[in-house]
Amino acid sequence: MKKRTSVAVGALGLALGVAGSAQAATLEDVQARGVLNCVVSTGIAGFAYTDESGEWKGFDVDFCRATAAAVLGDPGAIKAVTSTGKTRFTLLNAGEGDVLWRNTTITFSRDVGVKLRFHGVNYYDGQGFMVRKDLGVSSANDLDGASVCIQTGTTTELNLADYFHANGMKYEAVTIETNDEARQNYTAGRCDVYTTDASGLAATRSTFTDPDNHIILPEIISKEPLGPATRHGDDQWSDIVTWVLNATITAEELGVTSANVDEMKSSNNPEVLRLLGVEGNQGSELGLSADWAYNIIKMVGNYGEIFERNIGVNTPIGLARGLNAQWTDGGLLYSPPFR
Amino acid sequence: MTAAAPPQQTGALLRLWRNKEARSVIVQIVTVAVVCTLVAIGLHNVSVNLAAIGKEFSFDFLTAPAAYDITFSPFIDYTSRDTHLVATAVGVLNTLLVAVCGIVAATLLGFTMGVLRLSNNWLISRMVYVFIEFTRNVPVLLHILLVHGIVVTTLPAARQAINFGDTMFLSNRGFYVPAPVPEDGAGIVGVVFLVAVIAAIVFRRWAKRVQDETGTIYPVFWICAGVIVGATGLAFLATGAPLTWEVPALKGFNFQGGMALKPEFLALWLALTYYTSCFIAEIVRAGILAVSHGQTEASYALGLRPNRTLQLVIIPQALRIIVPPLVSQYLNLTKNSSLAIAIGYMDVVATIGGISLMQTGKEVETMIIVLGIYLVISLVISAFMNWFNRSIRFKER
Ligand SMILES: N[C@@H](CCC(=O)N[C@@H](CS)C(=O)NCC(=O)O)C(=O)O
Repeated sequence: MKKRTSVAVGALGLALGVAGSAQAATLEDVQARGVLNCVVSTGIAGFAYTDESGEWKGFDVDFCRATAAAVLGDPGAIKAVTSTGKTRFTLLNAGEGDVLWRNTTITFSRDVGVKLRFHGVNYYDGQGFMVRKDLGVSSANDLDGASVCIQTGTTTELNLADYFHANGMKYEAVTIETNDEARQNYTAGRCDVYTTDASGLAATRSTFTDPDNHIILPEIISKEPLGPATRHGDDQWSDIVTWVLNATITAEELGVTSANVDEMKSSNNPEVLRLLGVEGNQGSELGLSADWAYNIIKMVGNYGEIFERNIGVNTPIGLARGLNAQWTDGGLLYSPPFR
Repeated sequence: MTAAAPPQQTGALLRLWRNKEARSVIVQIVTVAVVCTLVAIGLHNVSVNLAAIGKEFSFDFLTAPAAYDITFSPFIDYTSRDTHLVATAVGVLNTLLVAVCGIVAATLLGFTMGVLRLSNNWLISRMVYVFIEFTRNVPVLLHILLVHGIVVTTLPAARQAINFGDTMFLSNRGFYVPAPVPEDGAGIVGVVFLVAVIAAIVFRRWAKRVQDETGTIYPVFWICAGVIVGATGLAFLATGAPLTWEVPALKGFNFQGGMALKPEFLALWLALTYYTSCFIAEIVRAGILAVSHGQTEASYALGLRPNRTLQLVIIPQALRIIVPPLVSQYLNLTKNSSLAIAIGYMDVVATIGGISLMQTGKEVETMIIVLGIYLVISLVISAFMNWFNRSIRFKER
């Protein structure tokens, strides 16, 4: 019920919210509040979920924690604002969240039409298909006439419509609001196919009791650059989120980890010194303390650490770095320099 | 205030306030002013807040391609290339479909249960009572999820569908039945059917007048039914049975052809029906109990048989009590159908108020459309029921 009402609440928020609140300095709001509100998903293994003790964990949640470490010096000072694919932007635009870290694809219409600010990519993804092995399907081109489970309000449903239309195939769309319910429909056999971002498929499959009975088809039908988003109208806050992401990527590239960050403070690489706030005044230019990036790396870790801990090959999700390797390793991660 | 204002004026104001009529006018003016101000503030805030994030208020998006698919669209041949406006229409029709089907079924079930609740059979009335109490006290969303869960998990997969003589198939992809395909000459049968219906209506009027004037009673129902069924049946045979059936068959992943009752529709319809029927049952029971027993006795004393008593004395009076609360149940059912998205039924909230909202970022505009649509549907239901209520009201002679 809660998530169903949230669009209405969000719309109401737009109506009744204090006029001009969208322009307020988010940084000051967050610091005064002492808590960072992050829009995250309602739950997807490895990316954003609560563990047995009720604590939020996951790849996207760690980036939220990194932001809190930079802004508040405390990765624990976060509040997760859960959102379905459909409610996420309304919640963000209505001011319920300060920043969105929720496997969200950067697209033209979201950037320009929905008026979001995007700040780079924290996961390069693409849409894939998962089917039961016993269907005997080996390619997405064999899916004519299938029933397909999708989540409402995603790029997934648009890509799917385009893909089947372009290939002259028909399908039955079973459109569900949350990942959980979509997964239940898929496992109960209401759908032959579950489709979403390949990372989401791997995460979903990892929660099955019989993951080996499902295969992910080879076709990737779209580009899904996933990244954080904020509202229009607050450039300082946009810069902060952009450079939080860049700091995690640059730290990995420069070999700075949560384990060695203290030693690295006496590195002889000037970029490391600028990153960690030993030299220069990048922190104060952002409106943050000098050790903002140090805090991120010390308290949460660099990009590689966040990746491996939550979704890497040694986790049940088991994702390889692939496109998400550093550019120096043949991947696409390429942070602008700290200069 | 008293110190500053001249005493006569205070007196005048006070007198105005003490006057009951004047006071009610003042209160109403103030209320309207407050409401208008709040609405104005709300609208102003929307425009300021939208401007702050750089959004403009416009409905232009309605003519752009929706780009998403809606598979359940029994009335419109919709594709993802159609506009948001068409997608809205599909959603509205789906809402209306489940609302109308739900209202009809809930009324039938509700009246039945209401009467059974009053049954002298202890077991039956207790069983109905327990069912009503269980159902009424659980939120409708849970009923919807429960029925959907049962349909989807207990029914077999398409390839193992329960087969009724190779013509009907039940699986968790839906209940597939043959679809009638009219052939040449079907139009004639349709015309004959319409004529028969009109003839039956005319006969009914005539029979009523005869009864009023002479007291002769014809078995109107049986004659009407006979005329309609008989004439249509004869026409059907005379034109050489111009109807074939398209039988569903399993092709690839799913059944193709025929007509299908999809699990999402089925679950929503069933859940809304039995949930609402429990409220209706209580309303019906209360309505019947409210007709005093003296009425029955008086009618027996006039020599009316028990079923005529029920038909002519009890039900018309009970209906007057039943109809007004029944309207709110119809409205509730219609509004509860907006929970459809939970199980993937593409109603108006799921289409324009869900996917279109999200894909275009037009929260305010799409929500205004959804609100407007529900308002219109509700007003139409209310207007119809008010008309019905007036037509059964006590007519003072
Ligand atoms: N990247 C796509 C899809 C994102 C998406 O919603 N993915 C689903 C499936 S992995 C999800 O995260 N669901 C979590 C939830 O329902 O809360 C988008 O931005 O539209």
